[in-house]
Amino acid sequence: MMLARTADSLYWIARYMERAENLARTLRVTDRLSLMPSIADADGSEWHSTVVVSGSESGFYEKHEEATPENVISYLAFDPENPSSIRSCIETARRNARAVRTALTTEQWECLNSAWLELPGWNEARVRGSGLHRFLDWVKDCSLLFTGGTVATMLRRDSYYFTRLGTFIERNDNTARILDVKYHVLLPEHAEVGGGIDYYQWASILRAVSGYRSYNAVYREGLKPWLIAEFLIMREEMPRSLISCSAEIKECLDKLGEEYGQRHECHRIAGQLYSRLRFGKVEDVFRQGLHEFLCDHIEQNDRLGMEISRSYLLG
Amino acid sequence: MAQAIFDEMGAPGGEIRQAYKTLQAWLGETPPEILTLRREEAETFFRRIGITFAVYGEGGDPERIIPFDIIPRILEAAEWRQISDGLIQRVRALNAFIADVYGAQEILKAGIVPRDQVILNDTYRYQMQGVSVPHNVFTHIAGIDMVRVGPEEFYVLEDNCRTPSGVSYMLENREITMRLFPDLFSRYNVAPVDHYCDELMRTLTSVAPRNCPGEPTVVVLTPGIYNSAYYEHSFLADQMGVELVEGPDLYVMDDIVYMRTTQGPKRVDVIYRRVDDDFLDPLSFRPDSALGVAGLMSAYRAGNVNLTNAVGAGIADDKAIYTYVPDMVKFYLGETPILKNVPTWRCSEKADAQYVLERLPELVVKEVHGSGGYGMLVGPKATKEEIEAFGARVKAAPEKYIAQPTLALSTCPTFVDEGVAPRHVDLRPFILSGKDIKVVPGGLTRVAMREGSLVVNSSQGGGTKDTWVLKD
Repeated sequence: MMLARTADSLYWIARYMERAENLARTLRVTDRLSLMPSIADADGSEWHSTVVVSGSESGFYEKHEEATPENVISYLAFDPENPSSIRSCIETARRNARAVRTALTTEQWECLNSAWLELPGWNEARVRGSGLHRFLDWVKDCSLLFTGGTVATMLRRDSYYFTRLGTFIERNDNTARILDVKYHVLLPEHAEVGGGIDYYQWASILRAVSGYRSYNAVYREGLKPWLIAEFLIMREEMPRSLISCSAEIKECLDKLGEEYGQRHECHRIAGQLYSRLRFGKVEDVFRQGLHEFLCDHIEQNDRLGMEISRSYLLG
Repeated sequence: MAQAIFDEMGAPGGEIRQAYKTLQAWLGETPPEILTLRREEAETFFRRIGITFAVYGEGGDPERIIPFDIIPRILEAAEWRQISDGLIQRVRALNAFIADVYGAQEILKAGIVPRDQVILNDTYRYQMQGVSVPHNVFTHIAGIDMVRVGPEEFYVLEDNCRTPSGVSYMLENREITMRLFPDLFSRYNVAPVDHYCDELMRTLTSVAPRNCPGEPTVVVLTPGIYNSAYYEHSFLADQMGVELVEGPDLYVMDDIVYMRTTQGPKRVDVIYRRVDDDFLDPLSFRPDSALGVAGLMSAYRAGNVNLTNAVGAGIADDKAIYTYVPDMVKFYLGETPILKNVPTWRCSEKADAQYVLERLPELVVKEVHGSGGYGMLVGPKATKEEIEAFGARVKAAPEKYIAQPTLALSTCPTFVDEGVAPRHVDLRPFILSGKDIKVVPGGLTRVAMREGSLVVNSSQGGGTKDTWVLKD
């Protein structure tokens, strides 16, 4: 048993750190794609898509007219007015950490505190050119250190499961969004007309979730759009796939249910979300419509987050 | 009151005092580069752990580190025994006084403390009249500020009976000194302080409310992360293994206090609150407070929860009441006070006010309700204009001020930019009162880092030192 506020903070610390990492991954892939003139010419909207993936489209266009690389990096990485910018994520995570530091292990705290102490050293000027990659790597490292520190040092009880729930709810959402923004290049009919450009697009989706080499290790037959979709939706060995995230969420909730001796609506939704992926087929997903499927998944995941909050956190 | 400054290590060129001989030798054999390096290590340690104190609204870094001086201050066992006995005596008297002013009011009837000074005092909480608290203890955690002016001469400068802070620095300073200077530490036989949190927990459970259903659930109540002492709140909760709660985590139903947990409501029995009286319960005190818990006072009066320190304990540490503490010791305990007060003029009295106004350049003048080194005049250090301006304020409202002679505070060797040099210090030991009363051997030594400065408050650039009490 723990304070609801403490559980809520742990959950959000993990969500914000995961969000920062996913933003960093997405920005990195976008930057890479934009270096390829063929893609930049054919479709200048890479930076726009990045804004869409991050879910901050309306906020961005209130402030900026055009999705230029500078504008997007500024808004998604550093803008204090964007509550989901990398900077805001790290600051919010650390503020939450300070409020619940007794519930964190020393390793977790020091990781978040160091990230926060080093953050002012990064700014738009410093990330110009090759600085961008160093910055994004740093963000990724901070998040990985936090996640690793969590797994390696936290007692396996409620506080741990709330932290992990934050990570996987956020990751579930992010993987689905990355897929959804590019769903059109993954449709089977699209493959017929696909050329070199699509190949880079497919590879970029995989890279955004650290899945490029893993994909090749699993399939060994080159990039096929429907296999990429299957890989990121239904393969349990892929740790950022929708099914993996959903399985982890279900497991965390099961552990909480055991520890507290009570189950809630969130348990039902989590079970449903997982079994749909576990027993579904990728062909059915395409038949239903990839976009429709992903939208529904994002919506269910949102609902799940709200139910978790209602049952355990601050409502 | 021009007197020679007492240096606790020994005057330069003179005899080194017994307790400091080993330290002196060690300083002689340790090059300054090593000291500089160790000081940097200490700062990194404090930043990394996040041992900061918050200063908001002044610009600059909102989370500051209190400068830590790496050279420990050393007190002999015999010196400490005298201090410790005196502290226990003083806090027993203070608790008796608080119980009395909210109860039978014997000391007022006896005419020893003027009734108006108590009843009309802003810190007097009429809501506490007739409320009985476990073991009649009101100030469970007291911090008594002391200064030293000679080998045997200690004075109490101020009593802190509400929510004294600084104990986390006492503990962390020891931790870091042992880490930085294991060789020096092992050459001394230093009494440990790290059981403080166990003693605190024992004290808190010993004052469970009369209606407590079983093993008491203890929590620490903090105003939140923006409070200047937030680090300490989280440190203490962590060390005791209890929840650190904020006002909105608690609620009252049928006069019982609950905290909101992931498994629904859980009853709370003892609240070590670090929220001021004014903000505790919007129904009883400031209605605009978002830091408190509505209905808390009612649960408290019903004996369903205990608050430490008790509501209204501030009446005992008011600067105007301070002058009567030696009388309280005689009145309640029938004993001679072991610790002395600094001679104090009360400007509320006409003759005193006149005396003070004539001698402003020699005196320290304090606002009765001020704290943290704000709203005070240090006569010998002030400019003519400052003295005139302050004099006008005293004249306008004399009852708000007291004055004391400028004491020649003792100095201790301190590592500053110029090297190792004497700096003025004070001492805040912490006294725990529950079923029993205890003092952990040590305290927080605050040091004025600037040469000649007497202002040790952390809000005014003061630093801290580890304080070693030697065992026999």
